[in-house]
Amino acid sequence: MRVTVVALAAVVALGLAGCGERPQEMVQKTGKYQGKPDTAPWDSPEFGGKQAEWERAIQARTQNQNEYTRIQ
Amino acid sequence: MARMKFLCDAERCIECNGCVTACKNTNDVPWGVNRRRVVTINDGQPGEKSISVACMHCSDAPCMAVCPVDCFYRTDEGVVLHDKDLCIGCGYCFYACPFGAPQFPQAGAFGLRGKMDKCTFCAGGPEKDNSAEEYRKYGANRLSQGKLPACAEMCSTKALLGGDGDVVADIYRQRVLKRGKGSEVWGWGTAYGAPGQQKPAAPQPKS
Repeated sequence: MRVTVVALAAVVALGLAGCGERPQEMVQKTGKYQGKPDTAPWDSPEFGGKQAEWERAIQARTQNQNEYTRIQ
Repeated sequence: MARMKFLCDAERCIECNGCVTACKNTNDVPWGVNRRRVVTINDGQPGEKSISVACMHCSDAPCMAVCPVDCFYRTDEGVVLHDKDLCIGCGYCFYACPFGAPQFPQAGAFGLRGKMDKCTFCAGGPEKDNSAEEYRKYGANRLSQGKLPACAEMCSTKALLGGDGDVVADIYRQRVLKRGKGSEVWGWGTAYGAPGQQKPAAPQPKS
């Protein structure tokens, strides 16, 4: 009796295992980015989505590389 | 909208490899992978020139064109990035890149290639900004903190400039006018098109 129950449970477990299988077909749209979406750099905690503020920070930082403006 | 570009001034580069070190340290780049390297032409001879080379984030990036799994994307700021979860390490991008930027870590025995790794302009990748997952896969995301790539900011002679293309070009123009020579910008024609042909890169729609 016990053997039958165990065998039945094993058959049910194996049979249902297939239900958890996810489809693995790849949908390829050639020439279009297929990966995960990325967020904009200004969508960070530092800038809170303020693009203008981020651009100002980057512009200032880029200008810091100009020693002619730094030493005058 | 800022359009991010690198510019290396061959008149100023002293082959100190500070940029290479800054990049490796900031992004925790594994052994055998160099996102940036310094190339010296006519090494040891009078008049030798050194250039710091990495991904130039081309306007019309050849790596994007040849990727069989389309794992590359260009951000609105013109930074070319890729999704490592999709990359199959085929190496096509390496053959297409005029700068030899794509690098492949050895992932196993018999020289098996891992997923491609390249300069991200310190902009991370398609993971949550400044998360541990992003750092592990792509390195630091300085751009989202309002900072520029570590290599350019670390450069002691300011030979390597990075940032908004217009501002960088202005700095270089001023420099060339002051010194009266060395106006050739290495790699710009290849990466961003010859003067007169340059057009702003169309932002890719995010999917």
